[in-house]
Amino acid sequence: MSALPFWPHEASAYSAEIDHLALAFTVLIVLLSAPVFVLMIIFAVKYRRGRTADRRHPVNSRIGFEISWAVIPFAAMLVFYVWSTRLYFQQHHPPGNALEIQVVAKQWMWKFQHPGGQREINELHVPIGRPILLTLASQDVIHDLYVPALRLKQDVVPGRYTSLWFDADTVGVYRLQCSQFCGADHAVMGGYVHLLSPSDYARWLEQAGTDMSLASQGAALFRTRGCSGCHGAAATVKAPKLEGLFGHEVPLSDGSVVTADAQYIRDSILMPHAQVAAGYPDIMPTFQNVLAEDDVLKLVAYIKSLAAEPRSKP
Amino acid sequence: MTDVPINKRADPNDIRDRGLSETPEERASYLRAGHTLRSWFLTTDHKRIALLYLVSVTFFFFVGGIAAALIRIDLLTPEGDLLSNEGYNRAFTLHGVIMVWFFLIPSIPNTFGNFLIPLMIGAKDLAFPRLNLLSWYIYVIGGLCTLFVLVAGGVDTGWTFYTPLSSMFAHGQVVMAATAVFIVGFSSILTGLNFIVTIHKLRCPGMTWGRLPLFVWSHYATSLILVLATPVLSITLALIAAERLFGVGVFDPKLGGDPLLYQHLFWFYSHPAVYIMVLPGLGVVSELVTAAARKRVFGYWFVAGSSLAIAAVGFLVWGHHMFVAGQSMYASAVFSFLSLVVAVPSAVKVYNWTATLYKGQIAIDPPFLFAASFIGLFVFGGLTGLVLAMLAVDMHVHDTYFVIAHFHYIMVGGTVSAYFGALHFWWPKMFGRTYPMVWGRIMALLIYLGFNLTFFPQFILGYLGMPRRYHVYPPEWQVWNVLSSTGASILGIAYLLPFVYLLWSLRYGPPASANPWGAAGLEWTVPSPPPKENFVETPVVDYPAYNYPMEMEEGARG
Repeated sequence: MSALPFWPHEASAYSAEIDHLALAFTVLIVLLSAPVFVLMIIFAVKYRRGRTADRRHPVNSRIGFEISWAVIPFAAMLVFYVWSTRLYFQQHHPPGNALEIQVVAKQWMWKFQHPGGQREINELHVPIGRPILLTLASQDVIHDLYVPALRLKQDVVPGRYTSLWFDADTVGVYRLQCSQFCGADHAVMGGYVHLLSPSDYARWLEQAGTDMSLASQGAALFRTRGCSGCHGAAATVKAPKLEGLFGHEVPLSDGSVVTADAQYIRDSILMPHAQVAAGYPDIMPTFQNVLAEDDVLKLVAYIKSLAAEPRSKP
Repeated sequence: MTDVPINKRADPNDIRDRGLSETPEERASYLRAGHTLRSWFLTTDHKRIALLYLVSVTFFFFVGGIAAALIRIDLLTPEGDLLSNEGYNRAFTLHGVIMVWFFLIPSIPNTFGNFLIPLMIGAKDLAFPRLNLLSWYIYVIGGLCTLFVLVAGGVDTGWTFYTPLSSMFAHGQVVMAATAVFIVGFSSILTGLNFIVTIHKLRCPGMTWGRLPLFVWSHYATSLILVLATPVLSITLALIAAERLFGVGVFDPKLGGDPLLYQHLFWFYSHPAVYIMVLPGLGVVSELVTAAARKRVFGYWFVAGSSLAIAAVGFLVWGHHMFVAGQSMYASAVFSFLSLVVAVPSAVKVYNWTATLYKGQIAIDPPFLFAASFIGLFVFGGLTGLVLAMLAVDMHVHDTYFVIAHFHYIMVGGTVSAYFGALHFWWPKMFGRTYPMVWGRIMALLIYLGFNLTFFPQFILGYLGMPRRYHVYPPEWQVWNVLSSTGASILGIAYLLPFVYLLWSLRYGPPASANPWGAAGLEWTVPSPPPKENFVETPVVDYPAYNYPMEMEEGARG
């Protein structure tokens, strides 16, 4: 047993603001509940049965009381509602310049992939002083990435990408945990976030370095898994070309239009029949049981890297 | 407690007062209206069925309690030493399933609601007595399925059965556990239906809606939720079974399903279910507070209406369980707002109870002590629920011990306190005997202290970041967990105490008069224990609820 901990570490300006919000709200809670506790005790003593007291009272219901004790606490709550909802919305709008890291959760481990192709398990090294955007994918059941020092968590849901971003400002090693029950070893599915200074991060990247960036690994998969047979430049099959695709609108055969984001690319690889690009035959096989989520994320990174290339006509 | 010498022991020289002997009231009561097993197991008397429920929910309370004890013992140390990972998962799953569906939901409605609603509205029985018996049998069948799950290896999905873990990945008896809950759901639906029809059709002459005891109002609101929400749970569980057994893709994305659809369906039932668990407790406390203060409730219509408001708005807040699940942030903002709205009627009740005590004649007896601890714990549990309704704070404390502490304050601090309060208040009515007041007071205090010691440290653990369903945790959190387990052992002893003195009172307790508390309400006009047919003559009501004498200021009106 060590010293009694009362408060978790704060590793970002955001976590400090959450703590302010929580503390201020606690004050409000005490103010709202104190009258109940105090009055109950006073009344129980003063009007105890058998004790003489002036028990004449006015009326047994007063609209004024009823409305004021319903409305005033509610109005006070609304102030906090606005404050916390604003923070929550901010948390759903990652800045454009964030460093993107891909996360795959599976029973019972965390896998992180850096843009440079570096991979790590149950440990995440990221720099402070710049926004970090985590894209979360699950290989099996629902997990949840939770870093108490950042006051942030996000469920990792199979079948869809979720995301989480933060801008940490304090160097250190902090616990990360799975906080959505995910089966037998849920309680030990954790690890550490290493918040590093930018120079330490650069050093770490170098020593953990790989030959290929994430996009290049995707490009390799693109060839070895046969994607290029249809989507490549020399292909004879009528398949959509992927250069300049990412981030653009795609008309679908059912008449609707979607934006080609990471989720769309993922779904098109794993469930190609769900959303067929207009003008193309529905002939692509599914890669559901062929590619794991981390491979799909590499392919997404590769296709995203093609966004800058000129869009070729089909 | 003025008219009966309640603390006087039975007089051994008096042939009428031998403890063991029967009073004339007892001889004529429902308790002696048949002595065979058949007369109990095939009874259609709402009072006997209430006792069948009392025994069965108490049994499950202790089965669930044993699971809780295993959890708290394992959490004494940061390592998972008592239970394996799988064993621990099974322990908390069974604790949740049993406590929610086999204790909390049926506890107050099926025992005290069953016993009291006909007595309170001047009826001879519920509207459908045979249906009432059937719903007990359905409960028992569901309970046997749960016990089968227990001996057949358990289930490790958590009581929430989240997909695709439950439908495609978990190894335990998921389908059997879902079947148990599916079955017991019909017991809830039938009871709710029975209460609704009874309250509509069987009120005695003069018992208008505005004269109903608040206990009946809150059970009316509860019944609406039971009837409207439970079918959604049944369908959802059936879909899990279909996906697990036949691979019908509903929730698993690999089969084209959507895991969040499950959460929407589950919480559409399970959030209103929280109000199924707490509304009857709110009704109990309204009775306890007015009887303790011998005073009309302050703001009758506000307290009655708030039960209905809770039932209605309670259907619109389920999404606050999904703030970090990946639902749209706009949906989250709406659910967060509605979660603040649903707190208003609860606050109205609490403030009205406090105002009821003002200038009352407050007796510091066990029922009042239970009611007061209910109010304290319910207020704290409710307000910490608002912390969780704050979106940004929820991102930190969601799925941590903060949530565990919050809902145990509502369900254990609230509902279980109300359950024991009801037991201590109506025990003389149900069995015709009184128990030693001092033991009731000691139990109420022990529960309050033990409860706070158990669950307050969990708020701190939650804010520190300890996720729920973890039995392996960093060593620096051990102190708080040890405190919590210490409190749990006090709580465990406190829960065992009534077994001693209440069972003792059945045999040796002094006989209770018809109205030992001097309380208002039709149930106190019949003998204790009541005769089989409740009322010899159908009562006629021409006075308001809680018709206590009032000392009014001049010019004031009640």
